[in-house]
Amino acid sequence: MNVVIVDTECANLTSVRFAVERLGYSVLITDDAEQIRTADCVILPGVGTAAAAMRNLQRKQLVEPLRELTQPVLGICLGMQLLTSHSEEGDVDCLNLIPAKTKRLREHGLPLPHMGWNTLEPTDDNPLVDTNDSYCYFVHSFAVAVDEYTIASSEYGERFASMIRHNNYFGAQFHPERSGKTGEALLKRFLELKLC
Amino acid sequence: MLAKRVIPCLDVRDGQVVKGVKFRNHEVIGDIQPLAKRYAESGADELVFYDITASADGRTVDKSWVERVAREINIPFTVAGGIRSVEQAQTMLSMGADKISINSPALLNPDLINTLVEEFGQQCIVIGIDSFYNEQSDQYEVHQFTGDESKSRKSAWQTKDWLQEVISRGAGEIVLNCMNQDGVRRGYDIAQLSALREYCSVPLIASGGAGEIQHFVDAFQQAKVDGALAASVFHKNIFSISDVKAAMAANNVAVRPIEAIQETQ
Repeated sequence: MNVVIVDTECANLTSVRFAVERLGYSVLITDDAEQIRTADCVILPGVGTAAAAMRNLQRKQLVEPLRELTQPVLGICLGMQLLTSHSEEGDVDCLNLIPAKTKRLREHGLPLPHMGWNTLEPTDDNPLVDTNDSYCYFVHSFAVAVDEYTIASSEYGERFASMIRHNNYFGAQFHPERSGKTGEALLKRFLELKLC
Repeated sequence: MLAKRVIPCLDVRDGQVVKGVKFRNHEVIGDIQPLAKRYAESGADELVFYDITASADGRTVDKSWVERVAREINIPFTVAGGIRSVEQAQTMLSMGADKISINSPALLNPDLINTLVEEFGQQCIVIGIDSFYNEQSDQYEVHQFTGDESKSRKSAWQTKDWLQEVISRGAGEIVLNCMNQDGVRRGYDIAQLSALREYCSVPLIASGGAGEIQHFVDAFQQAKVDGALAASVFHKNIFSISDVKAAMAANNVAVRPIEAIQETQ
């Protein structure tokens, strides 16, 4: 089993690596296109801003290699937003692997960023989460609207997509690596995913 | 629904968890990893490690415990204390800390807040504020260097103004330590937290004063804080996190239930 974390040079690489290692898998953190291409599954972590992350991916010449993957890919937090076509954060075009758009969460008299543990409502065809109301750890100010690519939604003043999927590409707005047993179970299912 | 957070705070000195009275006479409670793990498994929503390791002589301080904690636990954690530069923040975050919290260095150099936010993103920059209610002037005043009695003093800022200043500079979360209540366990300073809540557009964490289970419920219900931090009540096993969470649930405060310990491998 060959798990690769794409080196986006962002702060949560270490905690994502440790979370996968706690499940008993070894991990390679790399920005090498060939190693990413040949991985069994790929995790795209991210914190920071969409514009800065896209700049990093372009500088590393990873945009096309990431677009051509056929194995399971999981984008986490900003990594999920990078899978969409466009982000309002810096008005930047993203990887366009899931035809959805990332927009700033609107104020609803609630504190922003949306930070803390919130519940997930998975759709029936979500292969990574099958229980309602499981709590996951979120921290974000931008979000993807609910649409046909949504496989779980959550509520913070408005309903937003907390997980999305298109073909082999999956995104989680929360941090599975910091979401207790729920996050561990999700990561385990992702790593064991067989796409047919 | 977003749950209100219960956050144990652990004082760390030279790689061990300690407790002390007013930063003196430290007594070692135990090693960091097992304590962190125990809290994570018993329902803590997040942990704060307050690093009180002295670095006055300029020696390089061993922070490798941050990585050991990150390796061990599956909930978010913040490192506070002793972070004064982008390089130090980078070290903590790259070892796996989710957030860093700064206090006095932000007062000395407010631009540090913007720099950190630009470099690492708003989501991981927490500002700690030590606020004291001055009865004579009827004002909330920001204090600095509170970790060292000989240096601790009032700053030029009123708390409301400093709060708005740090938020305008991009702070992602505020921990408001109400000094009048600190260590006395008579409850969080509900009046102060309520007064400042309306000026705080980012998550607000109450700190200082927790002594009874009801104090947590009061802070969430009356002051509308997003999280409540506590140290001694948990360290001394006066009550448990699950006791607090049961009371929160009974009072209709949104709470993340404690997960059953299950084998995932």
